[in-house]
Amino acid sequence: MSRTDRNVISIRDFTRKGLEDILELAQTMEGCRGEPYLTGRILATLFFEPSTRTRLSFESAMKLLGGEVIGFSDPGLTSLTKGETIRDTVRMVESYADCIVVRHPLEGVARYISEVSKVPVINAGDGSNQHPTQTCLDLYTIQKCHGRIDDLTIGFLGDLKYGRTVHSLAVALSHFGARMFFISSPQLRMPEAFLEEVRANQCECIETGSMQDVLPKLDVLYATRIQKERFPDPVEYEKQKGIWRIDLAALSEAKKSLKVLHPLPRGLEIASDIDGTPYAQYYQQAANGVPVRQALLCMLLEAGPCAS
Amino acid sequence: MRILKVSAIKEGTVIDHLPSEVTFKILEILGLKNPDTLITVATNLQSKHMGTKGIIKIGSRFLTPTEADKIAILAPSAVINIIKDYKVVEKRPVSIPDTIEAVARCSNPNCITNHDEATSKFFTISRDPLKLRCHYCERVMREEDVTIL
Repeated sequence: MSRTDRNVISIRDFTRKGLEDILELAQTMEGCRGEPYLTGRILATLFFEPSTRTRLSFESAMKLLGGEVIGFSDPGLTSLTKGETIRDTVRMVESYADCIVVRHPLEGVARYISEVSKVPVINAGDGSNQHPTQTCLDLYTIQKCHGRIDDLTIGFLGDLKYGRTVHSLAVALSHFGARMFFISSPQLRMPEAFLEEVRANQCECIETGSMQDVLPKLDVLYATRIQKERFPDPVEYEKQKGIWRIDLAALSEAKKSLKVLHPLPRGLEIASDIDGTPYAQYYQQAANGVPVRQALLCMLLEAGPCAS
Repeated sequence: MRILKVSAIKEGTVIDHLPSEVTFKILEILGLKNPDTLITVATNLQSKHMGTKGIIKIGSRFLTPTEADKIAILAPSAVINIIKDYKVVEKRPVSIPDTIEAVARCSNPNCITNHDEATSKFFTISRDPLKLRCHYCERVMREEDVTIL
C-alpha cells in the first residue's frame, strides 16, 4: 500500500511490496503504548455483523495510540431500522469520524462505502468476500513464526467455500510463492475462481479430502470453523460440522515446526490439548491484530511514523 | 436469383452478425419490443461464417455506447452499421469494454448491487470465454450467469 491509498477494502488492491510495508510497520508498532500518534482522531466502527476480535483489536489499536472510538455493534439500535440507506448513514458518520471500519453481511458494502465516504474506509469483513486486515495479521503471524513468508507450504482446512479469511489469505500468499493444499469436503471446496487466480500467480495448488496425507508436508495449517451462519440450508450444516478434528494425536506425523493458525472463534476443529503446545499460534495470531491494525490506522491517517 | 429478405433503411442502424438465438434478446434489451420507429428483424438467415445469423434494422436511431456494450456481451461477433442516405457510412464491430457499468446484473444474490443503490460495475478479466469480475463483491461471472439490465 502506498501512503496515498485511502482505503483497505480487498487484498486484491495490494501488491507484494504494499503488504511487506504493512508488516514492517506492524513490527515497529509491537508494544507501542501511549505514543500520541492518533490523539484527536476518531475511529467509527460500524458493525452490522457480530465481531469480537476484529472490533476489540481495532478499538485497542486506536486507544493505545491516543485516539477515540465511536460506533455500534448492534444495527438494530440505529436508524437503519427506520429504513435509512447505507449511503445516508455513511454521509452522517464521516462528519463525526476520521476513519470508518465496517463489517457487513452483504458482499461489496465496504467498497461501496469507500466510494461514498470522504474519510478512509477499512473493510472488517463483507459477507464471504474479503477480510483484508485479518489477512495482514495472518501474514504477520506466519512471518513471526517462520521468519519468512516465501516458499512455505500452507494447508487450508475446513470451510473453504464461505471462509473469507481463506479467500483473502490464499490470494495474498500467491504473491509469496506459497505451495497450498486445500483440505475440505466436496461441499465446502475452495471456489474455482480463487484457485484459478492463485494458479495464475504460478503457485502450486492441490485440493484434497485427506488431512493426514498432507500434514507431514505443512509449515502452516490454517484451520477454519464451519460457519453455520453462511449455510443456506441448516441440514447441510449439520452434515458438515465436526468432520474435521485436529488434536495432538492427529499431529503426530506433522513437522515439529508446524504452526496451527485459526482466525477464531473455533468450533470443533481444534482440540484444546493443542492449546499449550508450540503448534498453537491462534491466540498470538489474535494478539497480532493490534500492532497490524495500529500500522494500518497510522498509514491511512498519515500519523505517527507515516506523518507527511 | 437473389431474394431480398429485408428492405433497406434510409437512416439508422443495422446490427448484423447476431447469433440467431440472441436476436430477440437484443431487441428486448434495447427496449425495441414496442418500438415507435421502423424495426425490421430477421433471424435464422443463412450465413457462411455463422451457419445462421440474425439481423436488426432500426430506422432513425443510433445506439449509445452503453447499448453497444450490452450487445457486445451477448453477441461479441455483432457488427453495428451506421446508415445514412441508404449507405453504410460506418461499420463498427462491437467489443467488450474493460469496464462495464450499469449494463449487467451481478449473479451473486448477496452482492450490495442487488440490495442497495449501488450501480453494477464489472471488470472484464477474459473475453473468450467471457469472465467478468464484480467490482463490489469480486465474484467472477461467466457468460451463462450474465443477465442484462
